[in-house]
Formats: sequence, structure tokens, C-alpha cells
Amino acid sequence: MKSNRSHRVLPGFNLSLGYALVYLSLLVLIPLGGLIAKSSELSLAEFWTLATSQRSMASYRITFGTSLLAASINAFFGLIVAWVLVRYEFPGRRFFDALVDLPFALPTAVAGITLTTLYANTGWLGQFIEGQWGFKVAFTPWGIVVALTFVTLPFVVRTVQPVIEDIETEVEEAAATLGATRWQTFWRVLLPGVFPALLTGFALAFSRAIGEFGSVIFIAGNIPLVSEITPLLIIAKLEQYDLIGATVLAVVMLVISFFLLLSINLLQWWSANRHRGEARELDPGSTGTPGNNAGNAQGAAA
Amino acid sequence: MKAASLARVLVAGALAGLSAATFAQTSLLNVSYDVARDVFKDYNPKFVTAYKAKTGETVEVKQSHAGSTRQVRAVADGLEADVVTMNQATDIQFLADKGLVAADWTKKFPNDAAPYTSTMVFIVRKGNPKAIKDWNDLIKTGTTIIIPHPKNTGNGRWTYLAAWGNALKQPGGNDKTAAAYLGAFFKNTPLFAPGGRDATTTFIQRGQGDVLVTFESEAELIAREFGRGGFEVVYPPQSILTELPVAIVDKVVDKRGTRKQAQAYLEYLWSKDGQENAAENYLRPRDPEVFKKYADRFPTVKTFTVDDTFGGWAKATEAHFKDGGSFDQIYQVK
Repeated sequence: MKSNRSHRVLPGFNLSLGYALVYLSLLVLIPLGGLIAKSSELSLAEFWTLATSQRSMASYRITFGTSLLAASINAFFGLIVAWVLVRYEFPGRRFFDALVDLPFALPTAVAGITLTTLYANTGWLGQFIEGQWGFKVAFTPWGIVVALTFVTLPFVVRTVQPVIEDIETEVEEAAATLGATRWQTFWRVLLPGVFPALLTGFALAFSRAIGEFGSVIFIAGNIPLVSEITPLLIIAKLEQYDLIGATVLAVVMLVISFFLLLSINLLQWWSANRHRGEARELDPGSTGTPGNNAGNAQGAAA
Repeated sequence: MKAASLARVLVAGALAGLSAATFAQTSLLNVSYDVARDVFKDYNPKFVTAYKAKTGETVEVKQSHAGSTRQVRAVADGLEADVVTMNQATDIQFLADKGLVAADWTKKFPNDAAPYTSTMVFIVRKGNPKAIKDWNDLIKTGTTIIIPHPKNTGNGRWTYLAAWGNALKQPGGNDKTAAAYLGAFFKNTPLFAPGGRDATTTFIQRGQGDVLVTFESEAELIAREFGRGGFEVVYPPQSILTELPVAIVDKVVDKRGTRKQAQAYLEYLWSKDGQENAAENYLRPRDPEVFKKYADRFPTVKTFTVDDTFGGWAKATEAHFKDGGSFDQIYQVK
């Protein structure tokens, strides 16, 4: 701790801190404060009635449900994609690696329109899926999941990738020489190192999905109680010049998101600590590579 | 070589700056709704020429297009629009309530300040396989309807009021039967498009639904864009007269000193030239002579207005589109 204090890279602690606080306040805190101040024009009872109306409740379920599903899908498949991109050599690897960032760059409306055309029952994929299994994707909540999965893919891959790059192959070899099966190597050696970063990626993807509007509205169908997301309901209120009503929904989303992200952060902290403890137990003498990796991932997350 | 071309660019830039300063010309900003692009693209040069001929003054007209409600909110928040041309009186009324537009803006120009109108029509697949002729054919089982979101889009609101008004005007019609009609209508509506143009794309390009309800003027645009081979336009016997209003933003023109030009710009919409331009773009002109000249484009439809059937936009919004209004009640699960 002491050595940290004397060897700071950024000079002028006070200046840096002040700058960071002003920057965060201007960009994040003041707009959010304004939002909450606006909503406080209502009495608590009025706020509650608006926040818990049938349409609102249905829209929270749809928004958070589809976001959770999309983030989970990406946590699983995104991990595989990242692993493949780091560990395997194959022709066109650079190309596929660049592809991952595409959802970041593409305007979301373009993504929405393209996915809708693709998954509508007249589209390339849609006619196949509906013809083969009688399953509708576009204009149902499944369409929302598809759009959100597309939009949030880079978050998981890009957070997990550097951590995987840091895991040396020697670690796996060491595990193998000590008699670990493939499954044990993955479960007990590799995953604990990647897990905190994976959680970060999951949290990023999830929060991005909650706020996503542009791509979802084209593919969702937007039917009340069925496929109407909260951001759309907010726009609907703004279209009626009902600023207060819109603010109420925004505050509810903010609060739910905050608590979900907080619990994900706690989970992350807990898992990092647990594995650090485990590594020490296994080999009290060494610094323990898995523990180190967990630390790295934490650093990446922060 | 490189230095020379750089110098040329600099000189050209300086000259451009100089000329802009010497011949500073009045500019007008027309803030408008999404699908009015083509109308004003044709109208602006006509106005500029006519105004130059009359006063010798050159005006430049700039356009801004997006969803109408978003546009007026931008104007209320400080976007310096000299004039607004909208697809719904509510949007201009919002600016009047904020004090940017005169409270009696509908009286400032003829025809309640709406220089042209349109009406809501049906677009069906070629040969009209579901034999859709009237509003009641839309609610038959197995017919699917594509419309934009009734709460979020002007186009959707016009559709909603057209359907409601028509049901109201049937023999024995009242609010209850109208609500029942709309209930059946939405049973056949598998999705709400996020905007007027997206509803068109969903119907034409993605092949969703049997019928698209939209503006008559939009129908023509679809024909130009996608060809006339795949679908046809059906005129219901009765529909709503969609009045598309305009207004001067007093606060802005007084500040910028552009009232004279803004007034002339909007007045010119009622001139023969302006009315013909509307008709060319399949908007129904108010001028009876121009209407007659283009009569073959505008089949007869019995129309009702928001004022005579719903008591004006304020009441219509309150009854149908506000939270808990008739639209929300349809989607209320008891």
C-alpha cells in the first residue's frame, strides 16, 4: 500500500480525482439526478400506480426477461467464440475476430431491420424455421431475444478474450501431468480464472440489452402485454407529451438495473475471493496461477 | 504540387467565406414530419423562384424531417424553426401551449391552417384475394392488418380514429360498438410497426399481412417505389379526412426577423402553384379548380373530420390515446 502511494503513475492525485469526479458528474450523475428530481414531482402513491400498471409490469418482465436470456446465451456462446479465437489457428481468424466488433459499429436500427427481414416468415431464416418447426421468431418475444443477442455479443467476447490470452498453456499441461481429466482442467483450472471476466461481460451485455431500443422495435411486433419493451412504453408516453409518466418508468428501470448490477458485482467479488482462497488451500506456498488470473480479470473489470 | 493545391483550397475557402458574408441571404428552416420529404423537395424551389420574381429577394429554405412529435419537441427545446409543417394539429397545439406559436394559429391561414389533406385507405395484395372493400372486411377471421403503432405514431393515430369514426357512423353505432369494432380490429393486428415507413416495408417487402392501412399519399409513394405490380389500393366508402396543418413559429421569426418570408412561404402553399404541387404528390388540394384538374387521382370517399366526429384533437387524444384511454382499455386484461 505504502509503495503504491509513492509510485503513482498519474501525477497530481487531487487534480486527477477532481477531474474524474467532475467528468462523471457531468456525464452521468447530473442527468440521472435530473431524472429522479423530475419524478419526485409526483406523490409516492401516484408514482406507485404509474410504475405498477399492468402494461408497465408486463413490459418489465419482457425487457428484463429477454435481456437476461440474451446475456446468458452470449455468456455461453461468447465464451466459446473467445476461446476459439484465442486458442485455435485457422484461416481467416483475423477476419472472424474483426466480425465480433461489428454489432458495436452497426447502427442498431440497421441491425433491427436486417434481422427482421431475415427472420420474418418470408425471410431466408424465418421461412425455414417456421416451415420446419412452425416456430415464429420475428414479431414475437423471441425476436427480441435474437436482436439483443446480436447487439450484445461483443461485450462477452471482448471482456473474456484478454483473460484467456493470459492463461498460459503450461497451466493446462501442469494440470494434465498432475492427472486432471479434461473436464477437471476446464472446471477447476481454467474456468475459475475466466469466471470473473465472464461475469463482467455478462453484466455489460445485460445492461446494454435493457436499454436497447433501436433494433428491438423493428423485430418485436410491439404488441402490448406480449412484446412491448419498457423503452417503447417510455417513447409512447413521450409521444403523448407525458414527460412525468416517462420519467417514472425510467426511474424504475434505473433502480432495477442498479440492484441487478450490484448483485452481479457482489457475485463477482465473492467468486474471485473464493477461488483465491481455494488456490491458497491447494498450494499455500505458491502465488497460484488461477488466483492470479482472477485478480487480472478483476482488474479488467474495474 | 501538393502545396499548390493546398493554397488553392485555402483561397477557395476564403472566397467562399467572403461571398457568404457579402451576399448573406435570408434562410428559413421548415421543420416537418417524416414522410413530407417529397412534397417539400418539390415545393421549396418553386417558392424560391416565385418569391425572387415577386420581391427580388433570395431566400434559402432548409428542411428537417423526422417523427412529428419528436420534431416539435426539438422546436420547443430550442431548434430554431421558422415554420412547422406537421401531420397532426396536436403537435402544433403543443407549441401553441408553450407560447411559441400564436394561440389562434388555426385562424392565421385559410382551411384551419391545413393547405391540403389526405385520407386513410387500404392497400391489399394484387387481385385483392381477401375481397376487402370496407372496414368490416378487416375484422373477418383470418384477415391480418398491418398498421403503425397507434400511440406512438401520427399515422397510427389517424388509422385508429378512422376506424373508430367509421364504426361510430354505422347505423346504431355508438362508443360501445366502436370499442368492440376496434377490439376485433386489433385481434387481427399481429404487430405494430414502429413508424409509417416501417409499416410499409413490413407489408410490401416482408410480405406480412393482408392489408395495410395508410395515407392515400403514401399509397402513391409505394407505387413509385415498389412498382404497381404487387398490390392495389382500395378506397373504403367512408374514411377520415386527415388535415395536415402548418404554422409560423412566432417566437423564432420575431427573433430572426424572418416573419415576412415565413408568412410568404406558408401562404404560397395555397397558391395555384402550391396546390398543384400538393396534388402532384397525391395530397388532396383545397383549391376546387386544382382538385378538379387532378380529380382522377382522388376517388370520392365520404369523409369525416377529427373536429366534427371527435370534437377536436385535444378531446380525441384524451379519450383514446392518453394512459387508460380507449386504446389502453383494449389491451387491458380483466
